[in-house]
Order: sequence, then C-alpha cells, then structure tokens
Amino acid sequence: MSTAATTHADREGPRRTEEGPRRIDLDYAGSERLTMNMGPQHPSAHGVFRAILTLEGEQVVGVDAVIGYLHRCHEKLSETLTYAQYPSIASKTDYVAAMTSEFAYVRAAEQIGKIDVPKRAQYLRVITSELQRVASHLLWLGTWCLDLGGALGGGATIFLYCIRERELILDLFESLVGARLLYGFFQVGGVRYDLPPGWVATCRETVDLIDTRISEYEHMLEDNPFFMARVQGVGVISRELAEDVGISGPLLRGSGVNHDLRRSDPYSSYEDFQFTVPVETAGDCFARYRVRMVEFRESLKIVRQALDGLPEGPISSRPGLKSVAQTRIPKGEAYVRVEGARGEVGCYLIADGSAKPYRMKWRGASFSNLAILPHIIPGHKVADVVAIMGSVDPVFGEVDR
Amino acid sequence: MWSWALGVAADMTESLMLFVAPFIVLNAVIGIVTYVTLLERKFAARMQSRIGPYRVGPHGLLQPIADAVKLMMKEDVVPTAADKPVYNLAPIVFLLPCMFIFATIPFAPGLGVADLNIGILFFLAISSMEIVGLFMAGWGSNNKYALLSAMRAVNQVISYDLPFIFASLVPVLLAGSLQLGDIAAAQSGLWFVFYPVIGQLAFIAFIASTVAAENRAPFDILEAESELVAGFRVEYSGMKFALIQLGEYAHVLGSSFLGALLFLGAWAGPGPEWLGPVWFLIKAMFVFLLVTWVRWSFVRIRVDQILALSWKALLPMTLILLLATAFVVVWRTNGGV
Repeated sequence: MSTAATTHADREGPRRTEEGPRRIDLDYAGSERLTMNMGPQHPSAHGVFRAILTLEGEQVVGVDAVIGYLHRCHEKLSETLTYAQYPSIASKTDYVAAMTSEFAYVRAAEQIGKIDVPKRAQYLRVITSELQRVASHLLWLGTWCLDLGGALGGGATIFLYCIRERELILDLFESLVGARLLYGFFQVGGVRYDLPPGWVATCRETVDLIDTRISEYEHMLEDNPFFMARVQGVGVISRELAEDVGISGPLLRGSGVNHDLRRSDPYSSYEDFQFTVPVETAGDCFARYRVRMVEFRESLKIVRQALDGLPEGPISSRPGLKSVAQTRIPKGEAYVRVEGARGEVGCYLIADGSAKPYRMKWRGASFSNLAILPHIIPGHKVADVVAIMGSVDPVFGEVDR
Repeated sequence: MWSWALGVAADMTESLMLFVAPFIVLNAVIGIVTYVTLLERKFAARMQSRIGPYRVGPHGLLQPIADAVKLMMKEDVVPTAADKPVYNLAPIVFLLPCMFIFATIPFAPGLGVADLNIGILFFLAISSMEIVGLFMAGWGSNNKYALLSAMRAVNQVISYDLPFIFASLVPVLLAGSLQLGDIAAAQSGLWFVFYPVIGQLAFIAFIASTVAAENRAPFDILEAESELVAGFRVEYSGMKFALIQLGEYAHVLGSSFLGALLFLGAWAGPGPEWLGPVWFLIKAMFVFLLVTWVRWSFVRIRVDQILALSWKALLPMTLILLLATAFVVVWRTNGGV
C-alpha cells in the first residue's frame, strides 16, 4: 500500500520569460509615477502587510514589501516555555492552520529525544492535520474570492459559503479539543485527547458534505467567465523562479514542480495512505487555485482512509502530564519539516537536556512564499496585485512570528 | 371682483403645483431608496445563506431608518489636505442628477412631474452627469485611492453610457417616440421585452450596461474595496457619505424604473387602473433584483477587461441591434407583417 519513494517525473512548468524578473526601482522621482501604500491597514492585506506600490497609471512597475507588524517574539518565547507548554503557543504562528506548527514542533522534540509515537496517535495527527488543511484552504478560497470580488459583490457570497463549511470542521475540532482556533492538541509523544464517542461518524458526514460542496464552488467559479478572466495568466511564476526563490506548497506545485513532503519525505504514517499530489503546469493564479481544489479532495480522501484504518491503542507513548516541566529532552538538535497548508513548515530545535529548548527557529511557509511577490507583481494592474496576493495565501502570523 | 380673486388662487395653486409634485416625488424616491437598501440586503443575505438585518424592528424593517440616523449623527471629518470647496460640493453635485432622472418618469398615465416630449433624452443626458460628482469627489479628497478611482470612473462611465443609450433607444424606435409616456402606452399590446429576438437582446444589453453604468459589482471598479478601499468615497463620512450612497441607490432605482418602463410595459397589469403605479413599482423592483442578483454572484472584473468588454463587445452589439431595429421598424411601416 506504500506509495512513498515513488519518484514522479516532474511535469514541465512555465519557462522563465526572456526578460527575467522585472527590476524593482523606487528611486525614480518623475511626476508620471505614483507611490501608493497598500497596507498595513488595508482590506485585502490578509493581516498586516504593507506593499509600497509604484504605479504608472493602473500599471504596477515596482513593489516593495514591508513586514514585521505582527512580530510577537515566538522564537524567543519558546526558550521560556516547556515542551508541554509550547505547542499551544506554536498554534499562534500560523493561526489559520494551527495544527501544522504544533506538528512541526512536537516532531522536532520527538526526533531529538528519539521518542516513539503510537500508531493511533500518528493516525489522529494525520486526521487533524488534513482536516486543518481543508479548513485552511476553505478560508483561503473565501478570502481570495473576497479579494477578487469584493466584500460587496460575488466574492462575499463565496466567502460566506466557505466559512459555513469551515465552521463544520471547527465544530469537529471543538468537540475533540475544546478549542476552535488554537488547539494545543499535539503533545510530545502523542496527542492530548482521544476521540470522543460519535466523533468518527460526525467526521464522516462532514467530510462527505464538504466533498459535495467543493464541486459546487468549482461549478460556481470555473463556469464564470469573469472569474476566469481575472485569474488565468495572472501572476505567472516560472518553474526556475519558483525553485530559485524557494517557495513551497501549492505555489510550487502550481508551477510544475512535483514536491510534497507527505510524499517525498513521509512522516507520521503518511506512507499508509493513497493520495495523489496535484501538479499544474501553468504557474498562474488559476493553476494555484486548481492545485488547492484538488488538495481539498485528496485531504478528504486521506481523512476517510485514516478513519477506516484507525488502530486501537494508546494515544501517547509518555505518561499523562502531571507538571509542565515533566517532559525533558536530551541534548541534541534537529530540523524537522512538515507539509502545511501553505507549504513547508520547518522547525529547528536545539535541546539542552532541560525541560525547555535552548533555541528554536521557525521556517514559515508564508514567509518564504511571500518573497515571490516582488518578482511577479510588476507589470500587472493594481487589481491583479490583490489577486496574486490572495493566491499566495500568506498568513501574517507565520510571516512575522 | 371674486372672479379675479379666484383667478389669482387658481394661478397660485398652479404655481404651487409646480413645487408640490416634485416635492412628493422626491420624498417618495428617498423613501423607496431607503427601503431598497433593505430589500437588497435581505436578498443578498438569502443568497449567502444568511438572515440579513433582523434586530431593528420586526424582521429588521426599521434598519434603514437606524442606518440613516446613524449616518446623520456621525462626525463629519474633512481631510486637512482636501480641496475643500470641491470636496464639500461633490456629494450634492453627485446627488442632483440622480434625483433629476425621476422628473420625467410617469408613474401612471399623466402621473409624474413632467412627461417631456424628449423624456428619454433628458433621462440619459442627466444620468450621465453623475460622473462630474464622482470625479469631484475623487479629486477633491486628495487621496491616492480616490484619485485612481476617479480616473477609473471617467473611463468606465463614458464607456458604458454609449451601450446604455443604444440599448435604451431600441424601445424608442419600436414605439416611435422619445416621450416616456408614449413608449409605455405603445406596449399596451406587447411588452417590448417579448418583442421577438430584438426585445430580449436589448433587455440583456440594457441590464448589462445598467450594472456597469451604475458601478455595481462586477463592474464596481470605482469602489473596489479590495484594491482601492472605497475608491472615490474613501474620505467621506457622516451625512456626505449618506448623500453619495443615496445618490447611488437613487440612480440604480431610476434605471430600474426606466428598464421597467422601456421593456416591461410600465404600469400595464391586471386589476383596476389605480393599481398601475403598484405594478410599475413591482416591475422596477424586478429589474432591481436582477441587477442585485448579478452583483452578488460575480467577482469583480479588471479595469482593462471592463473597457474591452464595452468597446469590443457591448457597443458594437448594441449598435447593430439598433440598426436592425431600425430596419424592422421601416419594413413594418412599409406594409410588412
């Protein structure tokens, strides 16, 4: 059943254009140009992001990005919190896909401490991670359409539909963990809670429902010429550029690179599940949209398989927590990466044998993905800036940390 | 002696009537506009599986009044760098043409402010005057978002007024009159929307160009809150914002009435004659909901695509349609079918 280690020949993505990435210049002081701030407070900033646009009429000729408005010292904070406490804080880096960052952190600690995770806990981790991916993609689809269509137009309609479905997943998480946004579900050695009675049946219903609704969105969006006109051929990331800049996740796969950590570097029993990694070759906003739409279905498929094959047994290899300083990790260091909803989420952890890490560093998927913006935005219209921004799907909690 | 006094009184009532009719129409329009916002919000809410305004009054019926009161009590902030006379005048300049367009609409045979013999020309000319107010607002605010929006406004409104006019002229040709009352009366047999082929195409073109000329989504690139925050009205607050909002909805409402009059037979409908205005209102609301339906289901289209759609598709199409209509009319008057 294992599909790991299967090597797929990468599909051809778009080639870099002759002129290469456009030069970014902000020094020009001619009267024909207009410097416009988009953000940090802006309806489509997806948080607090400041893009300084240089415009010639409607055309964007340069963009400079300013980040750091949401910096909360997450990495420093990890040095003062124990291994039992920090997963709840790790949720807050990427608050839209909170499970992912917890996952990266506990895996790093487990790798240093060589701690085994029971099979049931591994499956529970997969189920929650995949549900989280669906929830995160739903929010992405909603907010992206909001960017495209406006809060007072068709975009708001899609947004509210997506929120309606995301709500169902958050209800599942609530009945499992008790929290709806930031969970603290992952613990070193396993997970914190076992499934409550009836959860599996509710989960199956939800998964089936969302599966049908995804088709509705596809129908509503792809049969709409205005939507297609807005996203096709907009913000093309060439294959070479994608590899050079180091973007990951749906952006990379939208540019024709077949790379998914769940497939290429399986962890937490991902090798047990059958799923395909969607790859699109156009590299534009529509390709990224298609990748995510297929990922919805693949995630739901993984959840179904995990629910079917859910083994019995303990949910943690470690005794129940009696104090926060109970978990001690021996000296060592590890870099661990997981495939989050936005791409590769990495956690570099150095343990010194105490109950707290010595040092920790996040590799945020959004942070690396955001670096693509200055390369692809120049040459587009102002309206395309928000379309491209939305298709990159940044979460600023993860960018600034 | 008495006859003289009566004559003066009659003159006075006559001259008073000049004020009374517009006063009634103006207030009726403002009243309808207020509740049209509620209709739109309820309609949009149903589309989005929400309930919509529900708390103020039974089923949210007092919501528009609460909104109006709120806007009146808001602080009126004028940006220090604004071009003050232009900034302050813009909402009024914007509102006036939007209200004037109701002057020529007959709400029932003979019931209206002035059923001019060039009524539809007056309507089209005045309704495109709103661009002046839009541009003043965008320019006077001295804000980059507003300026971009003003530039877009000029592009868009000019591009879409032409197909709007051509689509509106199709019923004029069919009826053979520029007077709105005559056009309505000409549809007593067959509503122009049911006129074979020409009627349906013209109606579709009319709806499309109405949506665009009113700057409603998917053509709301002026407001474009995801790019330009709120476009030309980003710096407006309080009553000035309310005036712009009022003007915008009045314009949509005016176009809805025009659409109902040109294509849906105006006040024709079953029941006694005094039901005419009610039928007219229902038909206008139908047109309004069509526009709203479009608004809440499409994503916004980009500025260059909007212009391309107008100049490359809608304008040639309406022009050909107009010519075809002219041929049909000439052929029929010369003893065709």
